[in-house]
Amino acid sequence: MEKKLPTIEIIEKYCKGCHICVEFCPTKVLEMKGFVASVKNLEACIKCMQCELRCPDFAIKVSA
Amino acid sequence: MAFDYDKYIRPGKLPHIWCPGCGHGIVMKGMIRAIDTLGLDKNNTAIVSGIGCASRLPGYMDFCTLHTAHGRAAAFATGVKMAKPEMNVILVGGDGDGTAIGGNHFIHACRRNIDMTYIIMNNNIYGMTGGQFSPCTPTGAKASTTPYGNPDPAFDVAKLAIGAGATFVARGTAYHATQIDKLIVEAIQHKGFSVVEILDDCPTTYGRRNKFKSVIEMMNRLKEIAVPIKAAEKMSAEQLEGKVITGVLYKEERPHYTGEYAKVIARAQK
Repeated sequence: MEKKLPTIEIIEKYCKGCHICVEFCPTKVLEMKGFVASVKNLEACIKCMQCELRCPDFAIKVSA
Repeated sequence: MAFDYDKYIRPGKLPHIWCPGCGHGIVMKGMIRAIDTLGLDKNNTAIVSGIGCASRLPGYMDFCTLHTAHGRAAAFATGVKMAKPEMNVILVGGDGDGTAIGGNHFIHACRRNIDMTYIIMNNNIYGMTGGQFSPCTPTGAKASTTPYGNPDPAFDVAKLAIGAGATFVARGTAYHATQIDKLIVEAIQHKGFSVVEILDDCPTTYGRRNKFKSVIEMMNRLKEIAVPIKAAEKMSAEQLEGKVITGVLYKEERPHYTGEYAKVIARAQK
């Protein structure tokens, strides 16, 4: 059965580039693209929601 | 589904003013999730703050909000609670606002045991006014007014609250995001004055002066120093050196102020 991937929405207007989501993602799904975070490897996402919980800027939304 | 924070935020207010990596946003999110869990009515919930970075929080929240004078959040909130005892009153503020300028209001709100919840975001410094040291700045730490290191010992906000008579005291950190809303839910449910201290990071005015290379280093420090209360019970004093205990630290049931005051009114009207 194919794995159902979550969607990770990053609101670039809100992202201040603090790196918290990138550093604390346990499976390294995110990376910095210039000043803002972006999704690098969506397949690795385990939907732990830690990036959404720790984003101080309301910039990440994970929908499982 | 992703949690819908926008439901509780005033439209057009984001992005907020806090610096990149500031933990206040994480605490605000935790607070919103706690309010959502409890299903508090927007029209029956007042969020009160003083002055400071953390005190900007009510401006973003779509509730009855009050942004008051420096350190006076507890005083104004007491007025709100006395006028409308059925209202849920939540206070937010920083360590400088709550324990220095508003120190007296804070301890007396604890003593009176007014049914309110005080969320103190402790980032060890006065961020907004330019990085002056606060009563929560650790000994030896550098601030704009202590360039050679702070000679003062720091306040333990939780111990101060317990000593002053608060009936619910808890502590969390901005790193442990999932714990924040649980602590706030318990604090709001508690009948009496509840204090939730959230250890926070200020990368701009504290981190840079105190050799933290990045926000991540500050977050990792919070991760390292926090010890859950259950684990701390099994640890020796040496092992707990330099650590802070997190979780619900104190809880007791005691008559709360508005209830007692209603009795005074009833006696006077006899």
